[in-house]
Amino acid sequence: MTASAKAEPAPFVRLTAVTKRFGTAAPALDAIEGVIMGGRITGLVGPDGAGKTTLIRLMTGLMLPDQGSVQVLDYDTRRNPGAIQAAIGYMPQRFGLYEDLSVQENLDLYADLRGLPKSERRRTFSELLEFTDLARFTTRLAGKLSGGMKQKLGLACALLRKPRLLLLDEPGVGVDPISRRDLWKMVENLTAEGIGVVWSTAYLEEAEACDHVFLLNQGRLLFSGPPQEMTGRVEDRVYRLSGIDGRRRERLARFLDHEGVVDGVIQGEAIRLVMKSGAVPPPLGKGDGTSSARAAVTPPRFEDAFVDMLGGGPGGRSRLAETQRTFAGDAGRPVIEARGLTKRFGDFTAADGITFDIPRGEIFGLLGPNGAGKSTTFKMLCGLLKPTAGEGRVAGFDLRRDAPEARNRLGYMAQKFSLYGDLSVIQNLNFFAGVYGLSGAKKRERIVLMTEIFDFRPIHDMSSKDLPLGLKQRLALACAVLHEPEVLFLDEPTSGVDPITRREFWTHINGLVEKGVTVLVTTHFMDEAEYCDRISLIYRGRSIALGSPDEMKARVASKDLPDPTMEDAFVALVEGSEAREAA
Amino acid sequence: MWWTRLKALIVKELLAVLRDPKARLILVGPPIVQLLVFSYAATLEVKNVDLMVLDRDNGHWSQELIQRIGGSPTFRSVTLAASPAEVRLAIDTQSVLAALEIGPTFSRDIEAGQPAEVQVILDGRRSNASQIVSGYLGRIVGTLAAETPAGKRTGSEAIRIEPRNWFNPNLTYQWFMVPNLVASIALLIGLIVTALSVARERELGTFDQLIVSPLRTHEILLGKLIPPMMIGLFHISIYILAAVFIFGVPLRGSLLLLYGSAVFYLAAVVGVGLFISALSMTQQQAILGAFLFMVPAMLLSGFATPIENMPAWLQPVTLINPLRYFLVIVKGVFLKDIPLAEVIRQTVPLCLIAIVTLSAAAWLFRRRLE
Repeated sequence: MTASAKAEPAPFVRLTAVTKRFGTAAPALDAIEGVIMGGRITGLVGPDGAGKTTLIRLMTGLMLPDQGSVQVLDYDTRRNPGAIQAAIGYMPQRFGLYEDLSVQENLDLYADLRGLPKSERRRTFSELLEFTDLARFTTRLAGKLSGGMKQKLGLACALLRKPRLLLLDEPGVGVDPISRRDLWKMVENLTAEGIGVVWSTAYLEEAEACDHVFLLNQGRLLFSGPPQEMTGRVEDRVYRLSGIDGRRRERLARFLDHEGVVDGVIQGEAIRLVMKSGAVPPPLGKGDGTSSARAAVTPPRFEDAFVDMLGGGPGGRSRLAETQRTFAGDAGRPVIEARGLTKRFGDFTAADGITFDIPRGEIFGLLGPNGAGKSTTFKMLCGLLKPTAGEGRVAGFDLRRDAPEARNRLGYMAQKFSLYGDLSVIQNLNFFAGVYGLSGAKKRERIVLMTEIFDFRPIHDMSSKDLPLGLKQRLALACAVLHEPEVLFLDEPTSGVDPITRREFWTHINGLVEKGVTVLVTTHFMDEAEYCDRISLIYRGRSIALGSPDEMKARVASKDLPDPTMEDAFVALVEGSEAREAA
Repeated sequence: MWWTRLKALIVKELLAVLRDPKARLILVGPPIVQLLVFSYAATLEVKNVDLMVLDRDNGHWSQELIQRIGGSPTFRSVTLAASPAEVRLAIDTQSVLAALEIGPTFSRDIEAGQPAEVQVILDGRRSNASQIVSGYLGRIVGTLAAETPAGKRTGSEAIRIEPRNWFNPNLTYQWFMVPNLVASIALLIGLIVTALSVARERELGTFDQLIVSPLRTHEILLGKLIPPMMIGLFHISIYILAAVFIFGVPLRGSLLLLYGSAVFYLAAVVGVGLFISALSMTQQQAILGAFLFMVPAMLLSGFATPIENMPAWLQPVTLINPLRYFLVIVKGVFLKDIPLAEVIRQTVPLCLIAIVTLSAAAWLFRRRLE
């Protein structure tokens, strides 16, 4: 029987016109239709707030749809939630691990909760510990595990009683690419046994690896099918422009305003363009620095197709940058300097001898998984943490010791939305203007300008915590640049936002950089790292590679992998550094 | 420049409290509850007492005694018991607070001019109320004794004590309690609003935003200090109005002196709040910390129990309690037109406490930023 199930995937979940509302706002899920098959990895893909978690919770029967029905393993979630819950494994976003219990104690606890018979435990535990490669860590407290190991332990707990359907809510968040690949391989092994897997994610590159994808945006199902079908829609319309003379960001801005261009981003030294169907080839002209450029068709990515489906990105003009004053390039001194920055917490070294320079008008990226030390480095530079050793300077100032006025040159945008949620949009703007010493006419002028550029007028009096994620992100940017800073510190600025908002954000940043603003950005998005001029790869507190994205990729290119992605480069560099350490 | 920054911070703090529904609840809920509970429910007077009488005499004098007790407003009910067992059961089950046993020869002894005896049985589990009831009963029996034949004979020689209560002639309980509440509400609100403010920002990640801004540490401190003081003064004013217009407490002293010293009192309280706030990582910890300070501060202030009654080793501890000093001022201003010199004498320690708590908070703040 198992053999036949393996040969022919059976429908495990049937979604029929599923609608779910919270309050009076737009529905969280709007008439979702679809079938999820066993023996496959089905990706639930979409930005934060698209409805992924809601859909998964509906499948578990923990929540019921307002309209339509959800059938899981031939049971209806309305009538038989108990039978469903007994047959599925569910790993919520922050898996409910008990951080003060050891790995083994967590397993014991979940075995008790799931009613795993004592006789089966030894075998199941040893299987799962081997499967997740956690056997060496059974006595370690769950709270002391790395992000990747926590997810693996969470997966092990969800697999204690082998489920027929496994629901994973954003298992890839905060996990380094290597652990993410491990996790993915484990899940693939499960599908070979006929288990159905639902993997939700906001990373669009994860979508490409799924067997089937449900693409959600603002509660609506935009696409359902194999990811190749999605990327196939923009096949032959994606170009990579290499060999551009001079300022590629300015070129990109001009391309984006061009009629036939749907989408465009910086990709290392090159520009990546998506054209409207029929509008080939990209318009290369003389005298704008693209005469020597070569345009080559390049394989499409899921994100290209997503942006195309949403009707293309915003134009290339940034009014924000146009109204910003220019910072003249004094080539002499770098704007941001890190000299052997080291931070120890007790006997744990969070950052170890990190050194780099960032000249004026450059975007510099700190790339690395959560907990690797990039946020620690970032915080030491902007004065939030005192280095144990070494020194960081911004525009020549040590922000911890020098006059607080020096901080007026700095704009800061934090990881999570960290504006005042109870204050309205305009109150937030007023507050940040005041704190940065703007008053009178200057203050009014800047606030009016931000209101116009970001279209805040209709939401002036809304509490900022009630704004949709995209608008929150815009407001955070507006507050960070109100005082025309010379240096921008961006900590994971576009985590989880939809690609259109992300494009708009980077259009502004690119424009500001053209005006001489220097940007330090932390990210764990591999493609976002390619928007940077140079990146430092931070892993386990150390910078294991420093250079431009193209240099990094070139460094790991081989015969087997002639055109590595940024993620390939990351994985190869980390493995190389571990091998050196072991030697 | 610095004023622009500070003003922005103060406005933001006030807005953050007023626009957050939970924070608004803290500003409105506890003050109303405290006013109602302390001024009506938590009364220290003993009223509505249930009493049982085992009357084995059943004569003229025992009837007289029972009627007098029944006529006193202190006693809600007087039940007659048939046997000592019934008395025991009633006390055991706490259905009465006290029982009176009148001996079989009570009336006869009185008529004979001999000493007569009544026995009072009290529930020692409620020691305070029992003592007061015992006093009431003693007074009633004493009055009755003076009217017996033997009492009348000696009455002319007895000394009569005529008590007179200054400042609160009718010993109105609320005259004593409501001025106390003015001080305690400022403590409650000042502590909680301050303790929550930094912890909330830490939890939301906005605190980092403040630190990377050009605000200096002392400006952040001032910005965190002034709004809770403003809110505290607002609550003090509301309570003063309630005291005068709802509870009819006389206001005999100078409001100017009251507000002047209130500023120092609030600064001391907010300093403690800031200290707690700097120590706590989450709002929960901050609330817990605030209560950890507040409960002993209330008990060691002379609010309900006189400081003089505390053991000698404990009394010095009250010297660092800001509530202790401000209570003297508030009660003084309300009930007896406290002189300026006395207000100053109480404000100087408040000022010292404020200096200590605020510098400690500033020190901890700076250290936490390392």
